[in-house]
Amino acid sequence: MNKIISKEHFSDHVVKLVVEAPLIAKARRAGHFVIVRTGEGGERIPLTISDADTVAGTITLVVQEVGVSTRKICALEPGEYLTDVVGPLGQATHIERVGTVLCCGGGVGVAPLLPIAKAMKEAGNRVISILAARTKDLIILRDEMARWSDEVIIITDDGSDGRKGLVTAGIEEVAAREHIDLAVAIGPAVMMKFAAKTTAALGIPTMCSLNTIMVDGTGMCGACRVTVDGKTKFVCIDGPEFDAHKVDFDEMIMRLKSYN
Amino acid sequence: MNKDNTREAAWRVELRNSLPTKERTSIPRVVMPQLDAAYRVTCNDEVNQGLSAEQAVGESRRCLDCPDPQCMQGCPVAVNIPGFIKNIERGEFALAALTIKETSALPAVCGRVCPQEKQCESRCIYNKMKKPPVAIGNLERFAADYEREFSSQCLEMSADKPLRNGIKVAVVGSGPAGLSFAGDMAKRGYDVTVFEALHEIGGVLIYGIPEFRLPNRIVEAEIDSLRSIGVEFVKDCIIGKTLSYDDLHAMGFKGIFVASGAGLPRFMGIPGENFIGVMSSNEYLTRINLMGAGQPGEDTPVLTGKRVAVIGGGNTAMDSVRTARRHGAETAMIVYRRSEAEMPARVEEVEHAKEEGVIFMTLHNPLEYLADDKGHVRAMKVQRMELGEPDESGRRSPVPVEGAIEEIPVDVVIVSVGVSPNPLIPNAISQLEISRRGTIVVNDETMCSNLPDLYAGGDIVRGGATVILAMGDGRRAAEAMNKKLEANE
Repeated sequence: MNKIISKEHFSDHVVKLVVEAPLIAKARRAGHFVIVRTGEGGERIPLTISDADTVAGTITLVVQEVGVSTRKICALEPGEYLTDVVGPLGQATHIERVGTVLCCGGGVGVAPLLPIAKAMKEAGNRVISILAARTKDLIILRDEMARWSDEVIIITDDGSDGRKGLVTAGIEEVAAREHIDLAVAIGPAVMMKFAAKTTAALGIPTMCSLNTIMVDGTGMCGACRVTVDGKTKFVCIDGPEFDAHKVDFDEMIMRLKSYN
Repeated sequence: MNKDNTREAAWRVELRNSLPTKERTSIPRVVMPQLDAAYRVTCNDEVNQGLSAEQAVGESRRCLDCPDPQCMQGCPVAVNIPGFIKNIERGEFALAALTIKETSALPAVCGRVCPQEKQCESRCIYNKMKKPPVAIGNLERFAADYEREFSSQCLEMSADKPLRNGIKVAVVGSGPAGLSFAGDMAKRGYDVTVFEALHEIGGVLIYGIPEFRLPNRIVEAEIDSLRSIGVEFVKDCIIGKTLSYDDLHAMGFKGIFVASGAGLPRFMGIPGENFIGVMSSNEYLTRINLMGAGQPGEDTPVLTGKRVAVIGGGNTAMDSVRTARRHGAETAMIVYRRSEAEMPARVEEVEHAKEEGVIFMTLHNPLEYLADDKGHVRAMKVQRMELGEPDESGRRSPVPVEGAIEEIPVDVVIVSVGVSPNPLIPNAISQLEISRRGTIVVNDETMCSNLPDLYAGGDIVRGGATVILAMGDGRRAAEAMNKKLEANE
């Protein structure tokens, strides 16, 4: 049982929860995720850790309501409990000083991107961040990202905030004016697919963080399998981060609809 | 009553002489009462109903109480088999259970899931007489169930709680190896903490083996009895992730037993294996057994189909295909590349599956899966096989029959072709010696790894074995760790 310490609404369907989990807060690194279960009949679902406070013993989760389980989680109030939180899971992000890192976040994908941007900045990189969403209300963690970025570009599909367009336009714009050593793209699968296509054409090494269907999250079930470079990989133990140019996004998008 | 359990005990000599061998051997083997197949595929009720006291006593009379009982050598934990059976014969059912518990932590589990026909019962003297062996497994289950149902009587008889020695030991994983080790160490007075990654205790006994073969309440009772002797359980905690090896040292643990199991499901690497509806038996069984998919009030979904193919011939394949029958599959098929004689599954599971209408496509191997335009599997291409020369496992190896390929419609495929060791611990402890197969390398006798305080057993060492072999590992590790820790005192 893990107590919810605080809750903040980013938009109607996106909440930030600070959750008591002292051991996980201590052990986690950028890129790690947890498996969360809510209620006795609850599903196990993966959520990326977007921040942690080792002194307070808490982790921060950003949750978008998309189904039964995320609705249950988003309905919880401070003082209530998540039934189970286990982790940190997955491989931590490989952080090193490479030069200029372009961090591209789509929708709630900005939440897992934040710890990576922070770690990249702390490692001495120049960090340029592109935050993309359908509309203004869905742009999250703008100030937090700004804190760890040399520049933040906002892009919305409808032009209600920043410039109008898709994340790919932002990538092309930055690449046209300066050299990018590494891109990190995290967001909906279709956004990562097109971001990867764009960076591949520009010759920019790119990593992505995949959020697939999981049950146990420890390598046991194989529900999360994806094809990377022609080989089957398990997102929970081999990932969640992979070379975006080698991920079979079409297969991943298909598998995400397994239970639709 | 006389608790002396040796073969020379007066009560046993008297019992032996009370009935001539000829009369004992003329008693037919007991038949385990079971639910009707047509009924049982409609529910999750346990198929085997258990022996009545009368049936158990009758069966126990068949045991000749051999001077050199070979059955015990067939048991990985060397249960005192004649000792417990003769206690059943004289009506001391609780003593029978306690006799088993001297060497086995989970008798009610083993009585249900052990492959007795390959172990104890395969060594029974009756085989030499061309008669069916004594139903040791059924009798074990009877004694263990009796003890659980009438435990107040038994508690009085069980020994006093051991004095605590204050030494902390950690167990990684709460499956059969971990529970067996935990029980043995708690009985020796250690402070035992079992760390489990999942949100339920029991490992494969909970997430893997279905309710109709091993009801959860049986596993829970075994776990409660470990709790009652002081074993602590911590859920949702992954050693190597939540807590490191060094963290365990800092917490004061003097010995660590790793029983983290066979995590990773294997796939065959054939085209179409990632289509929707193709999944591992681990995923299928975990969704249904651990997460309760398909039951009211449970959020976890599972894909079900009218035509389900299960690839493989082991116990997990049988569990999967029989589960599929219970979840609406009108046609449930086993697809196995060898013949039935080579199937690794327990004979009883194969028989039960057949009774439940499972179709056995032996000597068939899947080549490819085909999907509809949404990516849902719709058919499998299978290759007919025939048996060739024996391979390194001693089994005749299957070879394709040229041109014999057919397409069979399916809407769910469950791949049950084995598992690889869970990589979490090997990845997390860099100094630990790991085999090329990904298993932890241990000394065969002590189960100690190259790290002096880290022992391991079960599937993380064996790569994929049975509940009883895992328990045997836990037992040996407990004995060896105890010796080492005592010497250090």
